[in-house]
Amino acid sequence: MTESPCAWIYAIADEAAPVFTGGPIGVGGGAARPLSAAGLTAIVGSVAQSEFGEAALRQNLEDLDWLERTARAHHEVIETVAKERPVVPMRLATVYSSDEAAAAMLRKRADDLRQALTRITGRSEWGVKGHVAEPDDSAAGRQPETGDSASGPGAAYLRRRRAQLAARQDARQEAVVGAQAVHAELSRLSASARVYPPQSPEIAGSAGVMILNAAYLVADEWAEEFGATVTELAARHRALQLTLTGPWPAYSFVGQDGTEAAR
Amino acid sequence: MSEISSTTAPYHPAIREERVALVDLLDRVLAGGVVIMGDVTLSIADVDLVTVSLRALVSSVSALVEGMDDSRENS
Repeated sequence: MTESPCAWIYAIADEAAPVFTGGPIGVGGGAARPLSAAGLTAIVGSVAQSEFGEAALRQNLEDLDWLERTARAHHEVIETVAKERPVVPMRLATVYSSDEAAAAMLRKRADDLRQALTRITGRSEWGVKGHVAEPDDSAAGRQPETGDSASGPGAAYLRRRRAQLAARQDARQEAVVGAQAVHAELSRLSASARVYPPQSPEIAGSAGVMILNAAYLVADEWAEEFGATVTELAARHRALQLTLTGPWPAYSFVGQDGTEAAR
Repeated sequence: MSEISSTTAPYHPAIREERVALVDLLDRVLAGGVVIMGDVTLSIADVDLVTVSLRALVSSVSALVEGMDDSRENS
């Protein structure tokens, strides 16, 4: 009960970071607040050791409901701040034992963090997902309802089935080629790009096969162009079902991978 | 070619999703963001600590795009 709270870090902003009035409610129900050191401001919140200490955290991360609640709370605070100014998001569950320990990290990592901040300033992250568009099975092997051709309904079924499978194969092949073209073109409009592993259909709750799961760091003045290009690409590559998400805080471009991708 | 009429499906337009999908969020908050090792309570970057079930969420079936699965190739 009397354990001192831990400091959950949401994101890093520059010195002139917002002073919250009331603060957005974040992880664990506490309000987010600024914590300044080394000319930077961390957006932090106090969280209970009983829920966010190492042992508890390890266990809670296994609980999908807890994970969702926490991820959404983390994101909402970051997004709130990101509307006001550039922020470097922290990975989920970056927890320090105290504000002092968090401030020490700011001092130690100030150069890296400032670099990351510079990289993402004036830019936003956009997500583009590509699924194989399901071919129209009925069109592939269309057959009269009666099915009583000379070769009988069994053969007719097999013929239809073969045609369907061939159509699916073609569609997938076309979608893969399309995804590569889409990624190449969108990368050209971006300061940086990052490809994530495809999401599994069970988790994503979608039926289709995902073949592109990418994030792009796009200058704000190019955002409109980027969106228009995605729409245009979707029209050009009909074998591919494209989904655009964003703008996101630049989650995908502040870590090691983002650093390497950015030139 | 005007095979696309308003009665059939239009182009596959790039759909903007309104609510942030949990999977998209988990991709980012579990695999993106600044990673601090060392004096944090527990770091998700430390793969050993991330359990199988959690990993299953973020990286899934993927043989298809193995070749594209490297951010360093992109720039």
